[in-house]
Amino acid sequence: MVLVLAFGALTGWQVADRSSAADQVVTHSQPLSQNATEIYRSLADADTTAASGFLLAGGEPREVRQRYQDDLANAAQLLTQAAAQSAGAGRAQTWIDQLNQQLPVYSGLVETARTNDRQGLPLGAAYLSYASNQMQSQLLPAAQHLSDAELARLNQDYADAQATPWAAYVLGALLLAGLLWVQVRLFRRTNRVLNLGLLGATGALLATLLWLTVGVLAADSALSDSLEHGSTPLQALNLARVDSLQARTAENLNLVARGSTTQYADQWTKTSAADSGALANAQQLAPSGAAADIKAARDQFSLWTQRHTAADAKNNAGDYQGALDGTVGSGADSAQPAFLALDQDLANAVKVEQADFLSAAKNGRDATGTVVYAAAVLALLGAAGVLRGIGRRLAEFR
Amino acid sequence: MTGGRMTRRVRTSLVAAALLAPLALAGSASGVAGRAAVAGATVKTAAPTCDPTKSLPPSSSDSGPAVSAIKKRGYLIAGVDQNNYHWGFRDPASGQVEGFDIDIVHAIAQAILGDPSKVVFKMVPTAQRIEAIKNGQVDVIARTMTITCDRLNDVAFSTVYFQAGQQVVVPKAAHATSVDGALKGKTVCVSQASTAQDQLKQDPRGVKAITVVGNDLDCLVRMQLGQVDATLTDNAIAVGQAAQDPTVQVVGPSITDEPYGVAMSRTAPDLVARVNQVLADYRGGGGWMASYDKWLAPYLGSSDGPPPANYLP
Repeated sequence: MVLVLAFGALTGWQVADRSSAADQVVTHSQPLSQNATEIYRSLADADTTAASGFLLAGGEPREVRQRYQDDLANAAQLLTQAAAQSAGAGRAQTWIDQLNQQLPVYSGLVETARTNDRQGLPLGAAYLSYASNQMQSQLLPAAQHLSDAELARLNQDYADAQATPWAAYVLGALLLAGLLWVQVRLFRRTNRVLNLGLLGATGALLATLLWLTVGVLAADSALSDSLEHGSTPLQALNLARVDSLQARTAENLNLVARGSTTQYADQWTKTSAADSGALANAQQLAPSGAAADIKAARDQFSLWTQRHTAADAKNNAGDYQGALDGTVGSGADSAQPAFLALDQDLANAVKVEQADFLSAAKNGRDATGTVVYAAAVLALLGAAGVLRGIGRRLAEFR
Repeated sequence: MTGGRMTRRVRTSLVAAALLAPLALAGSASGVAGRAAVAGATVKTAAPTCDPTKSLPPSSSDSGPAVSAIKKRGYLIAGVDQNNYHWGFRDPASGQVEGFDIDIVHAIAQAILGDPSKVVFKMVPTAQRIEAIKNGQVDVIARTMTITCDRLNDVAFSTVYFQAGQQVVVPKAAHATSVDGALKGKTVCVSQASTAQDQLKQDPRGVKAITVVGNDLDCLVRMQLGQVDATLTDNAIAVGQAAQDPTVQVVGPSITDEPYGVAMSRTAPDLVARVNQVLADYRGGGGWMASYDKWLAPYLGSSDGPPPANYLP
């Protein structure tokens, strides 16, 4: 009887464990992981936008300036959130601290670049290159580490949420075997009809195991669904978004450097190729709801690279102003509107995939919700059955 | 000047330092003996017969293959800098590339094509100047490029259009009084593939560490951020840096002799001769002086005149 109750408790405990891990995925680790990705994206976007604004110099439109400031504010706010919620996760805290320290240094460098540039001093361009180098070599790697740490936690929670409750199954099977053995022995010894109490207990046990299995399978399938159609495509999409920003930064910095180095032209070649691959991958993994947005983004990407090639040809021919207009200008043949449209399309796709993820993961969490109660009720029923069955036998001995 | 550089402790202000070197060198170069002494002192490692300041005799003929090709194309392709204040830099307000080097390019275009604006400016990184000439990306390079015997193996140069020398840029707060004093025990910044880098390789002058960056201006950024203590560079560039930051100064006297020339392909002797003619007219016709007064005089002080042309026999 104690064993039956223990089985009920074990089942309930293991299932509760699973669904708390699933809950952790929904309410904690996935949002944190997405936050970390968003921190990375905001920083990369700030870097890109700072370079665009620098190239536009006195003609920098308010939206560009605003976007840069929003990026920094967004990153700072997300860092505060991450710091509050990552309590205990030591490594994540290190990266958050590092980012908190370096963000003001970076923005100081960008302002120094702008101030020098406004005075007509070439020192401004050197400062902006330096600022961007800080971003690329210090801040973004720290943000990447943070993102990796949060992703590792997300994957751990997924694994916990999908862990098979072996202990419950093993104990259940042992109990079942024990009950059958007792009943067989009773039957042989007494030649009586089946013991109703023990039979009921066996039924309750079987029902619990069945319920458990169905619940676990349903949860697994929903969680796998959230992973497949939410988390994994979302990560691919985030990667494509960040690659786009990196390529855009290289493109802008190549103009900021004004031919003093070929480093950024090489970077463009590398990052735009990576971006092309990341976009293709994101589309392949995308759930149907996000497919249209990603398709649109890919179209903008090819438009963007075409315009880049045209602007680059102008730059190589010595037409710097033409290259500038073709890269950050607001005209119809500029790369700027294509890039902005691409970024917006990807942002829309992220929204769709995030919603898909949440609904699937919530299903996964809730699928095992009834198992806990069922296990409790059935365990009590089973225990009562055992009590009754064995009580009968004991009474007969008196 | 070359003899006194070790012993003389000259405390120099920004302007005085800038003034001293080019003018003293330009002055001494007017005598044949002075020129030989200066050249001999600079080119310690190269073949003793090489005089980097000597170039082909001038010619105003436009019929050579390289000059004809430029005329046929209709524009000159010039490799320049966009980040070198008052030498070759892009004014963010006007979008135009301007400076002392750029004026020379315009003079060449005026002479060959009859229009100073028929130029395509290509931005060439310091480290790729020779490559750009060798693979024909540009016709000429006018980019504060020092004529050295090593470089003469790869490219041809015009006559000298400016005399510069290596000096040190340091924060005024360092109170340095000589190049050696400013370098010893310090972290020093130089730009990649520059004469300054070679110079420190030959004679490290007790520096603690050397930071190599892509461009001279990156040195000023690092110096402002306190990552390096001093920058070793041509005084012409050093003055451009001091002009962008009133808290640093240029310390001399210069430890080298850096004659600047227009670089061209070794396979285009007709272009070299044509450019030498342009420079001769530029010196004599007041163009050089006007450009100097416009771009450099505010930082270097007034000049006695351009360095004289020195031709091969």
